[in-house]
This record gives sequence, C-alpha cells and structure tokens, in this order.
Amino acid sequence: MSEDDAPSVADADIPDDVDVPEDVEPETMDSDVEESAKTVPRSVPLRVEGLRKEFGGITAVDGATFAVEEGSLTGLIGPNGAGKSTTFNCITGVHEADAGDVYFRGEEISGEQPHDIVERGLVRTFQIARQLGEMTVLENVMLAPGGQQGESITRSVLPGTRGRVVAQERELREKAWETLEFFELDHLATEYAGNLSGGQRKLLELARALMTDPSVLLLDEPFAGVNPTLEEKLLDRIHDLREQGLTFLLVEHDMDLIMQNCEHVIVMHQGRVLDEGPPERIKNNEEVIEAYLGGEV
Amino acid sequence: MSQTTTDDVLAPLRRVFANDAAKVAVMYIAIWVVFYAFGNHLGYGNSGMLSLVRRVTFLAAVYGIVVLALNIQWGYAGLFNIGVAGFMAVGAYTVAMLSSPPAGSPPGLGLPLPIGVLGGILAATLVGLVAALPALRLKADYLAIVTVAISEIIRITYNSPAFSDVTGGARGFGNLPTSPVETLLLQDPTSPASEATSLGETVFSFAAEYGISQFAVVNTLYTVGVLLVLLVVYLLLERAGKSPYGRVLKAIREDETAAQSLGKDTQNFKVRAFALGCGLMGLAGIVWFAMGPRASVTPQTFRPNITFYIFIALIIGGAGSNTGSVLGGALFASLLFEAPPMIRSIIQETFQVSANPGNLIEALIPIASGNLAPLGGFLLNNIDSLRFIGMGILLVVLIQRKPDGLLGARKETAAGVPLTADTRPDTGRADADAAAVDGGETDE
Ligand SMILES: Nc1ncnc2c1ncn2[C@@H]1O[C@H](COP(=O)(O)OP(=O)(O)OP(=O)(O)O)[C@@H](O)[C@H]1O
Ligand SMILES: [Mg+2]
Repeated sequence: MSEDDAPSVADADIPDDVDVPEDVEPETMDSDVEESAKTVPRSVPLRVEGLRKEFGGITAVDGATFAVEEGSLTGLIGPNGAGKSTTFNCITGVHEADAGDVYFRGEEISGEQPHDIVERGLVRTFQIARQLGEMTVLENVMLAPGGQQGESITRSVLPGTRGRVVAQERELREKAWETLEFFELDHLATEYAGNLSGGQRKLLELARALMTDPSVLLLDEPFAGVNPTLEEKLLDRIHDLREQGLTFLLVEHDMDLIMQNCEHVIVMHQGRVLDEGPPERIKNNEEVIEAYLGGEV
Repeated sequence: MSQTTTDDVLAPLRRVFANDAAKVAVMYIAIWVVFYAFGNHLGYGNSGMLSLVRRVTFLAAVYGIVVLALNIQWGYAGLFNIGVAGFMAVGAYTVAMLSSPPAGSPPGLGLPLPIGVLGGILAATLVGLVAALPALRLKADYLAIVTVAISEIIRITYNSPAFSDVTGGARGFGNLPTSPVETLLLQDPTSPASEATSLGETVFSFAAEYGISQFAVVNTLYTVGVLLVLLVVYLLLERAGKSPYGRVLKAIREDETAAQSLGKDTQNFKVRAFALGCGLMGLAGIVWFAMGPRASVTPQTFRPNITFYIFIALIIGGAGSNTGSVLGGALFASLLFEAPPMIRSIIQETFQVSANPGNLIEALIPIASGNLAPLGGFLLNNIDSLRFIGMGILLVVLIQRKPDGLLGARKETAAGVPLTADTRPDTGRADADAAAVDGGETDE
C-alpha cells in the first residue's frame, strides 16, 4: 500500500506554490479564517465552514460550522433530519454543497471528486450500507485498498506484469481475511454481499472503509443493527485506532454510547450546529435537551 | 470447494466441467456434432460438410468476439452501448479505406494489412471515446441514447453520396483487402482461383486428397484464424476481468457511488472499459466483414439489428461472464442463423411436406378439419421470419427464468487469485484479542 501522502501541514499561511518540508509540525489555524479560529492545542484535520445544502425547498444543512481534532473521537448528534448525513455527503463530495467550505488538513476540498477526497485519507461510511450485492464479501473488502497495481488494464493483462498483480492480490486477500475475521464476517467471506443481514452489511461497510487506509473516518450510524458484543469490540477497535492516530467523526443516536466514548460532541439541529463541547456540557445544555434529549418534557 | 463428496463418481467430471475452457470446448464440439449430424442426414459430401461446419464455426467465433467486447462494457461496467454495429462499421470501413487496393472502387490506400487493422481498431476506439466521453459523465440512459444515435450517424455517413469517393456510398466497397490466409497461400491473393504459392501448393494438394477445394481450404484456414483471434480476445478480457480492474468495473455496475467513496476514479475506469470494448468491436467488424468468407463492407451490413443480436447472445450466455459470452455467441449464431435452414431441409425431406398455403389464414383453416399439414408447410416456408419470433420468445423466457444467463455467471468473482473459502490463511482466530492484533496490522 502506498505511504500516507496526505500533507502533514495542517493550516499553512504559505502560498500554494511553496514546497512545505514534510517534517514541519502542524500549525494552528491560519489568518484568513480567523472568524472560526479557536485556540486549539491539537491540529484540525477536518474543518467545515458555513456549509449549506438545499434540496428543493428543504434546507438540509444551513450554515454548519465545526472542526474535528486530530486523533479525536468526535460525536455528531441531532434529531432525525437534522442534516447529519447530508453534512457527510457534502464533506465527501457525494453532494455538492450550495455554499460553505470544507478544509482537510488545511487544504480546501470543497467541490473535489469523492475519489480524490478518499485518496487524501478522508473516508466515510453510509448510513444505509452500500454493499455491492453481486460481489462476494471478500471481493467487497478487496476492492477498497488504494494503489492496486492491477487496476491498470495493461498491468493486469501483460504476461510480464501479471505476476506482480497476482502477488499483490495474494497479499490483499490475506489482509482481507484478517479484516473479515475481526469483523466476524469470515464465515460469510464467499457469500454474496446482497445476501447479508442488515447488521452484517453495516459491518462490511465499516470493514471496507478501514481497508482504504484512512486517516479520518466519518461513520454514519455504524452500529445500527450491530449486536452489543460486537459493538463493544468495534468501539475497542476504534479506540485502538485512535491511539494509532486515526480521527473519527461518529454519527450515532445512542446517547449513552456517545457520552461514554466521545471526548467532543457536536449537536446539529435543523441544519445548524446548536452546540458543541465535551459530553458533560452537552448533557447540561437546556437547548440541546429541548431539541434532542427528550424535548417535550 | 463447494462440491459435495457424496457422489465421488461425478466429482471429477464436474471438476472438469467447472473449468471454463472445458465448457467452451464442449459447446463447440456439441455444435460440430449436431451440424455433422445435420449434414450427414442430408447426405452432404466431404466438402459440403466442411463448408457447413466451417460456416457455423465462423459465425460462432465472430459472434464470440463482439459479445466479449460488449460484455466488458455492459456485463462488467454496466455501460449500455446500443451502438455496437456502428463501432464494428468504423473498424471494417477503416480497414477497407486503408488497406484496399488503390485500383478498386472506391480506391483504398493499399497500406499493409497490419497497419489497416491497427488503424481500424484505433478508429473504433476513438469514435467510441468522442461519443462517450460527454455521455459517460451523465446517467446510463444518456449513454444508450448517444450510442444508438452515433451508430446510425456512422451508417448514414458511410451511406451518403457525398463521401462515396471514399466510402463507396450505398454500394460500399467493391474490392476489400485480402486476408492473410489468401496472401500466404495464393500468388494472386485477390483471385481465389489463382495459382498457389509453394506453401499453398502443399496445403491444397493435401486437401485435394479429401476432395476439398482450394476455395474451401482458404475459408477454413481463415476461420481457424478467427478462432485464434477469439482465443486471444478471450484471454485478454479474462485477465482484465479477473483482476482489480475488473473488480472496480463490477463495483461501478453495482453502485457507482460506493465505488467512488472507496477512492475509485469511476469515470476513468468507465472510459477505459468503453474504449477497450469499442476497439474490440472494431476488431470484430474487421475479421467478420472486412475480409474472409463474409466480406462485405456496405452500409446495409451494419444495420442496428446486429446490435440487438449481440445483446441477445450476451443475455443468453450471461452478462458479466467472459466464458458465458463465448458460449452465448456460439449458441445464438448456430441456433438462429445456421440451424433453422438445416432443420427445414431435414423436415421437408423426412415428412414430404408439400402443402404451401399462401398466408396464415389458409394455413389455419384446415386445422378445423384436422389437417395440420398446411400449417406445418406454412411454418417451414416462413422459418426465416419465424426464427426471430422464436428468438424473442426465448429472450423473454430467459429474462424471466434465468436473468443471469444460461450460466448464471453475472456473479463470477473478479480477482487475480481464487477467493474460495479454502484460501483463508490459518492464523489464530480463536480469541478476539488475537484477531484484534491481526486486524490492527491491516491499517498500518
Ligand atoms: N437526496 C435528498 N433529496 C432531498 N432531500 C433530502 C435528500 N437527502 C436529505 N434530504 C432532506 O434533508 C434533510 C436532512 O436529512 P439528513 O439525511 O441529512 O438527516 P440526518 O440528520 O442524517 O437524519 P437521520 O438521523 O434520520 O439519519 C431531511 O429533511 C431530508 O428529507
Ligand atoms: Mg442520517
């Protein structure tokens, strides 16, 4: 797999055409986005500014602004229809935002193609799993990694290079089996993904996303329909990966899960960020309680 | 392995038949046997028999090539190209323009055949790209509309009197390039009856011992050449399909957004698949129509109905499977084009059906009095048109009963290595901790 070539410079006030040495430590926010610049100790791989998305008459996202810190597990909560999934879609290029900017490691990625964004290391899963039904589970997982030699027709076909393609496929297959074992999908490896249960599809979705070797993962309700034991195990895994430097933004309706696992929580309501902060603060915010945590009381 | 061990006797047989090469071989041999039986029944001699088997083999092979080309576009990537005939026309016409003798009408450039063939493939690829690049960005329906339109535009352009100096207009090419077989075996390749070269001498005199004419030898060897082209195209696409490339194409077919969200530049993959398919359609057009026993480069040759035949053949064989494409092409070509006339001759000979009603009414009325002969005669006389109705019925039944084709191979795995259950590495997986460690490595 190719080395992570995502720039290590977070927000540089350096002109685009100047080469940045790789070992420069991430700086804090730069000056032209001062209005949102907060004094953050850690770098911010993902930043969303005034994001807006309308569907016909509905404004699904209405000026959402937030940032996700490096190595954090940030929760994104909000009532149904608050615009969480649409926000993910706009960040990852699935939808084109009507207004607002998305920055990934200091570079603006608004309007970029989804595959370019994935190549940068920003990967998402879908709320409604997008399994590739007529491909086996193993194929689904082996599809994901970037930098596959055999994605070139000539290299796959020509006798001289086919050998290398096959060798890489063999490595990939091994890695795929390991991943499937972890997600307890190994007994279904040769099954068509279209035959999986709802929960299994969510697991496959997550397994596939991890196979792309991301640095920031946006997870849209990854645990919906997953059994509690496996959910625990996946959360453990997420914490492990965080220690290795991965960053997570997690959409989830299970408040206990969010409050126990996230160090930072963003609350969306009607397309806007209602509040954000550590779980204790969110728990005690009247407005949030009103909007989400059992408002009508 | 999914095979059960219960019936040990059948297991080896099944394993052989699970091999794609075996399936194709069995299909071709079956076709040869059936047509040999037809010919035998009708009392064909050696040369008649050879020409019958040769004809059906040729058609099966050229169909195989185009169906394979369509399979990479539609079967793998889900790209709906209904302009197959147009891309075949571009290939055949380009070769005709580049490599036909300058003395012919319309005159060709007389370039060596390999240059012509390469030019034809490239031209078909380019036309495919120009047509498809804008449409590939849009939804699948637009590609279908654009391709069917471009195919007709191509045909009408070739038909147009305005370009008849180059294309021959409505009459097409009078003199086509000579095939490599003719060049090798004949001193004057343009005339089938000419003196043989020294190589030709040997071959022809050998064939003559079996009563096979010079003409039949040339056509038979050309057909063998087409089978070789089919083999090469098959191996090429089989490798392209069973690789990460093919895997991405299948992912695009299933869910393009999912493929994009896993970092695949789907547009790029689609363009390459489309270009490859169009180039191979050009090649098919060349070996089918620009030379050999069916050589005919005229606008009528490339009417849109060929496109639909190719689709039917692909659906019969199973979209998404290269082996299925070859089988579908062979089955379709033999069933639709070569078998009906044979069957008619056999029935007429066996049952002496002499009734010859003028229309369907005249054929149906005698049924009331228990006389089926007029209907039989009517059906036989009209077998040429009726076979299309039969094909239509077959297609409807297939789509309802076996939407994945005869082999049901739309779900063939796309990988450079086998992905069966026994490929699992035997790592410790008993406890979750071990799995977590193993899994942890996957993200480094
Ligand atoms: N593709 C679309 N076309 C039209 N409207 C859409 C589309 N996607 C989302 N919406 C609308 O945008 C609003 C926000 O939807 P979104 O899916 O982002 O909510 P959410 O916060 O993810 O909700 P949930 O918790 O139920 O998943 C909803 O009113 C929805 O109807
Ligand atoms: Mg949602």
